[in-house]
Order: sequence, then C-alpha cells, then structure tokens
Amino acid sequence: MSEQESVTDRVFGSSVERREDRSILTGVAEYTDEKLPDAAHVAILRSQYAHATLESVDVDQAENRDDVVAVFTGADVEESGIPNDIPTAWSLPGLVTPQYRIIATDKVRHTGDAIAAVVAEDRYAAHNALGDIDVTYDRLDAVTEPDEAVDSDVTVHEEAPDNVAFDFTIGDADAVSEAFSAADHVTSVDLEQPRIIPNAVEPRAAAADYDPDSDDLTVWMTSQNPHLHRMLMSTATLGHPEHKLRIVAPEVGGGFGSKIYHYPDEAITAWCAKQLGRAVTWQATRREGYITDCHGRDHVTEAQLAVDTDGSIRGLRVETHAGLGAHLSQFATATPSYLYATILSSEYDIPAIHCRVIGAFTNTTPVDAYRGAGRAEGIYVTERIVDAAASELGMDPAEIRRTNLISPDEFPFETSVAMVYDSGEYETAMDRALELVEYDELRDRQRELRDDDRYLGIGIANFVESAGLSPSKAAGELGAAAGGWEAGVVRFHPSGTVTVACGTADQGQGHRTTFAQVAAEELGVPLEDVDVVEGDTDAVPQGMGTYGSRSGPVGGGAIATSARKVVEKAKRIAAHSLEASVDDVEFDDGEFSVVGAPDRSVTIQEVALEAYLGHDIPGDAEPGLEATSYYDPENFTFPFGTHVAVVEVDPETGEVDLQTYVAVDDCGEQINPMIVEGQVHGGIAQGVGAALYEGAVYDDTGTLVTGSMNEYALPRAHQLPDYETDSTVTPSPHNPIGVKGVGESATIAAAPAVVNAVVDALEPFDVDHLDMPLSNERVWRAIDAATEGDS
Amino acid sequence: MTDTTREITLTVNGTERTFDIEPQTLLVHALRDELGYTGSKVGCESSLCGACTIHVDGRAVKSCTLLAVRYDGAEITTVEGLADGEDLHPLQQAFQEEHGLQCGYCTPGMMLTALSLLEDNPDPTRSEIRDALKGNVCRCTGYHNIVDAVERAGELMAAGEPELSGAD
Repeated sequence: MSEQESVTDRVFGSSVERREDRSILTGVAEYTDEKLPDAAHVAILRSQYAHATLESVDVDQAENRDDVVAVFTGADVEESGIPNDIPTAWSLPGLVTPQYRIIATDKVRHTGDAIAAVVAEDRYAAHNALGDIDVTYDRLDAVTEPDEAVDSDVTVHEEAPDNVAFDFTIGDADAVSEAFSAADHVTSVDLEQPRIIPNAVEPRAAAADYDPDSDDLTVWMTSQNPHLHRMLMSTATLGHPEHKLRIVAPEVGGGFGSKIYHYPDEAITAWCAKQLGRAVTWQATRREGYITDCHGRDHVTEAQLAVDTDGSIRGLRVETHAGLGAHLSQFATATPSYLYATILSSEYDIPAIHCRVIGAFTNTTPVDAYRGAGRAEGIYVTERIVDAAASELGMDPAEIRRTNLISPDEFPFETSVAMVYDSGEYETAMDRALELVEYDELRDRQRELRDDDRYLGIGIANFVESAGLSPSKAAGELGAAAGGWEAGVVRFHPSGTVTVACGTADQGQGHRTTFAQVAAEELGVPLEDVDVVEGDTDAVPQGMGTYGSRSGPVGGGAIATSARKVVEKAKRIAAHSLEASVDDVEFDDGEFSVVGAPDRSVTIQEVALEAYLGHDIPGDAEPGLEATSYYDPENFTFPFGTHVAVVEVDPETGEVDLQTYVAVDDCGEQINPMIVEGQVHGGIAQGVGAALYEGAVYDDTGTLVTGSMNEYALPRAHQLPDYETDSTVTPSPHNPIGVKGVGESATIAAAPAVVNAVVDALEPFDVDHLDMPLSNERVWRAIDAATEGDS
Repeated sequence: MTDTTREITLTVNGTERTFDIEPQTLLVHALRDELGYTGSKVGCESSLCGACTIHVDGRAVKSCTLLAVRYDGAEITTVEGLADGEDLHPLQQAFQEEHGLQCGYCTPGMMLTALSLLEDNPDPTRSEIRDALKGNVCRCTGYHNIVDAVERAGELMAAGEPELSGAD
C-alpha cells in the first residue's frame, strides 16, 4: 500500500458524518427535561436583592396550595445534616473559602442565591407557588466591580473584609523591572474584559429519582463532567455515598464551560427527591440561567509592554482585578490565575513577564471558566498590547508579531511564565492567514478608502492555547483538587464488535463519532463496529470530563492507549494461535500475521473470540480482551494559529461591519476535519459576540441589567459573515495520537482579532483602545470625541 | 383537573389529538408535556431564541409564548413530522451532510424556520437565509454551516418532492 493510499484509507482524519445527528434531527434525542416526564417539578425562589440579610422566610401560604407537594428553606437543608458546602476545586496561597450553601440561610449575596425550593405536581404549579413565599429582607449595599470591591465598604463575606479572595503573582518581578529600564519604549493599555453570559441554548436542568430501599440515587443532569458532579455531590453537598449515586448526562444542549460546575440547583433537586422519596425534575428558566449560570471573564487590567524600536519585546507587566462573583465556583480561582497568567507569552519570546491577579468577591453571579477560560483573557491582553505597541512604534502589526515569534527550532520552548510549549510552526500559520486574507492588498485598499472617508480595519490575532488540563502531578502542585487524567475503556465483544467508554461528556462536540474513529483506526475494525459510551457514571469507570479543550487530546489519548493495550494482548494470543514468537507477529489494519509469511494470519476479531473462549490462549494470559487506561498527559498540548478580521466602521453611526474573517488553526492531528472546522466556526462566533455584542451589565444595586435575551445581545445569523478557515498540522509530540485540541481556540483568537480590526479602522481618529463590546454607541462616542474639535 | 380545564383538539403531524389543558398552558408545553412531542425545545420562554419554533397552520411560529387554548383546531407540524418514515426530510439530510448542528438543541426550531423560508423562497441567497434565521439562536455552529445546510436543502427540495406529512 502506498503512503497516499494509507492516508486516504484511514478513518482517523476522515470527515465522516456524525452518528449523533439522526436522533437529534428527528426530534427523538432525549435531553434532561425529557428524562422523567411524570416527576414532580421543582422551582427555586431566587433573591430579590443582590445583598441582604434574611430576616424571615415564610412558606406557609405556598405550602398550603393544593398542588404543592412541599416547600423547603435553607434551614430545612441545614437541619438535614448534609455537608452543604459547594467547594472550589483549586486552592491558591491564602485563599479565603467561605461556605457556599445550596440554599441560603442568613444572608443572600447575589440575585441568583436560592432562598427556598418548591416541589409541586407540575411546572406551572411550582412556579406559581414561588409568589406565595414571603421573604423579609434587610437590604445591604452591593458591590459589583472587582477593582472597586477591594476598596469598598461593602463586605460580601465576613471572612474576606476587603473582598479579596486571593492575591496571586507569577513571574520574575526584578527581571521585568530590568527589561523596562533597558527598553526603548513602553506601551501601556488599560482594558476591561466584560462578563460573558454563556447562553447554552439548553438551560441547565436536573432530574432525580431516589429508591429508599436500595439508597440508589440517580440524577440526570446537564453535565460536562458527570464523575466530578458525582464526587462533589457525594463529598461536599449531599453526603450521599458515591457508590450509590449515579449521574447521567444525556443529550446536553451546549455548555461552553457553564455546565462544568456543581451548582446548588442539582443538589437541591436531588435532595428534594431524597426527602420526598419521589422523582423530581427541575429546569432553569432563561432568566434564572442569566443570574445563576457561571459567567465568564470580568477582568479589569493594567498592562505595560517594554519594547525596543525594532519591535523586539523585552518584557510584559500585567495587573488584573478579576471578579469572582458572590461565591467561589470550582475553577473560579484557577481560571484567572494559572490559566490566565501562564499564557501571556502568546506566540512570542518574551524574556520577562510578571503578572499579579487580585481575585475579588462581588455581589454578582459567580464567575468561572467560559470557553477559552483564562487563555482568552490572557491572549486578549497580549494581542491588544502588541498591536498598541506596533501603532506607537509605527510598525505594521504583522511585522511586530513576526519579529517576536518563537521559531520552530526552539521547541520545547519554556516561557517566562512557567509553560513549556510542545511544538509550533507559528510563522507558517501566520503567513497562511495573511495570504488568505490578501493582507498587502488590504492595506493598500485601506489607504485608498481612507481618502474617501471610509474606514477599513484589519485585525490580527495570534494565539497559543494551553489545552488538556493537564498532568495530574503538576496540577496538584499548583493547587488543583482534581487530577488531569482521563479514563478510557476499550472492550472487544466475543463477536468482534467493540464498546469504547470514556470519562468525557459531550455537549455537541460529536465525541461518539470521533472517539469511534480513534478506536477503529487503532484496532483496524470497521467504524460501524465501534460503539461509544459516555456521560454515565454507571457505564464509565471514572472520568474528569469535558472542558479545557481536553476531550480530543486527553480522552482520545486514553482511548488510544487502551486500544494499544488491547492490540498488545491480542498480539500475544495471535502469536500463540499462529505458533509464532510474539516478536515475529505484526499487526496491520486489523490483522495479525507472521513476518515473512503473510498467509499465516488471524484477524483481531478472531482473536477476540479466542480470548473469550479461553480455550487456546497463552498459559500466562487471562481470558477476555479489554483494557482500561487512566491516561495522564505529560504536559498540556498547545494549539495555535492566526486569525484575521476585516471590518469597516461607519463613522456616522459607529456601526462595525465585520466583512471578512480568516482563521488558520493548528490543533495538531485532526480526528475529523469536519468537526474541527465546526468547532472553529462556533468559537469564532462566540469571540465575535464578545467583541461586538455581548457583555453583562449590572447596576449599582447588583441587579443584572442584561437579564434576558432582550437586553443581552447574542450574535445572530445576519450579524456574522461566512468564515474562511484553513489549518496547518503540527502534531503534539507527546500526545498518543498527536492531537492538541480545538474546542476553545477560535474563541480565544476572535475577540482580539475583531477589536484590533476596529481600533485599526479608527486609527485616523487617534483611538488607541476601546473596550468590548464595541457597540455602535461606544464606537460612535470614540469617533465623536476625536472629531469634536473639527465640528 | 380543575374547573378551569378546557378540552382542545390539535392535529399534530397529521394525527388528531383531543386533550384537556389548563388555560395558562403554553403551546410548547402542551406539545411536550401533554402530548409527548418533545422535539420542540424550550430555551427562553420569551420568543427570543427560537428553539420552540413549530408550524401552526403552515406558518412558522414560536410556541413558547402562545397559549394552547387559543389554538384549538390548529394543524401543527413539529420536528417529529419532518421525516417520512425512515427517509429524512431534505432539511434533515442537509443539516447532517453540512454539519449544520452540534448540540442540536436549536436544530428543530432552526429547521422549521428554514422550512418556512424555503416554502416561500425555494432558492434564497445566503443573505436571505441569514435574515430568515435571525430569530433563531445557535450558540454552537456560528451559523455558517446552517446557512450551507439551508442552501443545500433548497437544492434537494428542488430536485425531489418536498412532501411533508402534516403540512399543507
């Protein structure tokens, strides 16, 4: 077989259609709300105020309604004696960790805090009864902005009088000071990265069923990581034995981070099921989702870049106030610290970087990882300030980037913020993106148009993403309370078909398709003979879940590792059958044969049958043919690429017309290029959304002003262009299948690409920075301020 | 049942169903909770996300802000009515081929909105497709492949017969 044929024949790397689609397209796929149609319904009363002492909670009238089964308060939960404390999953030095009860008792700290839960016979009855609960509040002042919180008279938690949860630093401050002293020029940018509301189109939901006789508690829920939810509910909130708790993530309608976390709501739902001994179900309304789904970002940052006149970067200094919201969600601490500060080097050789992050409690919805988590915020800082430096130095933004790129022969490359990048061909991807967008021609056109008072802007963003989350030991040393491995099972059945199980959990990524491709390729069996099981703690031994772009590299790595163990065992059995030494047996495309005697062969399916018969296997071998791996990556993987946005800004209205979007991504090997491209498309839309439309706004009282889809602008079909995508392939040298991950890349790149484009368009107006979202009003005001003297 | 309960009849995907509901019950909940047509999703309870889009009397509407009692006698098409037995509707086929769905929660509503477009305008431009879909939020795909899928479905429908059970 020629090299060419072997590539095209591979199922790994082929854009096979998704096996998930048919049941979704015909409407029979079951999401959480469809799992227990006869269950009683839970509705949760949220706080009327962002900050208040609870004087009393009177539920009598609600309880007396005919259609209400029960009403529970925070006191009822406390009295049940459960652990009742949602924990953070990542500790930092000096971290303050106040108790986070599933239903508030004495104080509410944001408008999403639960005050009571109603269980009623149907969803209308449950919601109607909420109005009959009488709460007396003693209202307190609220604080909503992280930089203001640290100097505020308002205290969110008594344990943190200054509202500081942590004060984190990384990097060599002295080296940075020296770099700034030595540099020709210093560029400063102060910027804010507004809160993003994730808006998975399926609202969060949970349905619980409890059998008092067996003590078995089953919770179907919108989860990106069922095993983490099981562990947290078992040990931290409910205290239900882990082996008696089953978490199932059925079809899940998007997550983007928001369905990673353990929220009070699924604990309340499961607790109600246990209290009542009957099945109950809950689904957030969209308004509830807006005030309870963990938000993303919320950074206020001051950054300075030390750079020489030739564009060489000497140092970067960053200080950020990161809003954490009213409670510490699981990765609320890791996201603005390690996931943020360690990516500030982007694709560049920056000899000295120092970053300080102050994490602050505010009377707002908890903030946690949202698609791109930390990396998006970090790359935004670097890609904005590099652009600003180019502008101040009179350099082309492509040239300043090129000047500082890490070159391919420098890998593995250790940055000055503790990351060791695995591999990269940064300039190749960047050149490809500039070629696709016809960069030089665009610059000419930009000059021509400016003569006609038309304002074209071209924005480049390079990025590196740290994906996988991560080697367990390294994570543990940095404070993680969870491992970074993933579990993968590969099990042959006696008839030669295969079941794969993985501890990741899909919310639309197509894992059942791509993981089957990985296993089919490794085992040399037909794709349709491989089934993939995910999202059920009873069906998958253990797992860490889906976040941090980890399912491909870490889940895929686990499956490949198990498949290789299976092949190794099968090879021993095959050698025994073929009466050959194991060393003389080779495996290719599902067949074992004796080297030099290709007629003497046996298929892996025949070996599987023999393994389960156990009649004629090597004396030291057990029957059966399956393997389980806990694949623990030796490093993060580092996807990278270059995105270019082209906009035209209307100076009369401030409207930004996103005309062209080019994305060149390198996520290493691609299991299914169609799915990779789909991930890039969706990621771009979320990054563009952040740049132009989204951004949550609170008023001074802590009320979420952008509390529904009416006020919070999600990007819609007519507001986005077609995307032009391409890729380069630089395999990860340490990943078993060369995969780097792609889930978050485009979101990371898109926001700085679009903002850079708009600022570039506004160069004639001397606008050097604008904060997201770049609404018409914000852009118009910037132009208006610049031209005031002209009119 | 209470004294406010009303009996209504809906013809859903060609099947007539008579049942009792409360006057406050929204059409999407009547379909999902009373009749078991759970393909129509609830994403916002405010007509803003489009996940609940169905056809009522041949017209695409958002069913999460309509009271079911007002639709006594209506002919309704949900996503469950698109396929003809085992044969996918051209829209379903095109969404599969073009990777026009990821999590799938918006997909039923998206297809029913697209169906209305293609019935009115069998050969829309990409810009017309994007305009027609602006009431349907997709957070996964970035819309590009959905636009491809609707274009492709238009071609498939022009090439074959767009028979649709329950409609017309």
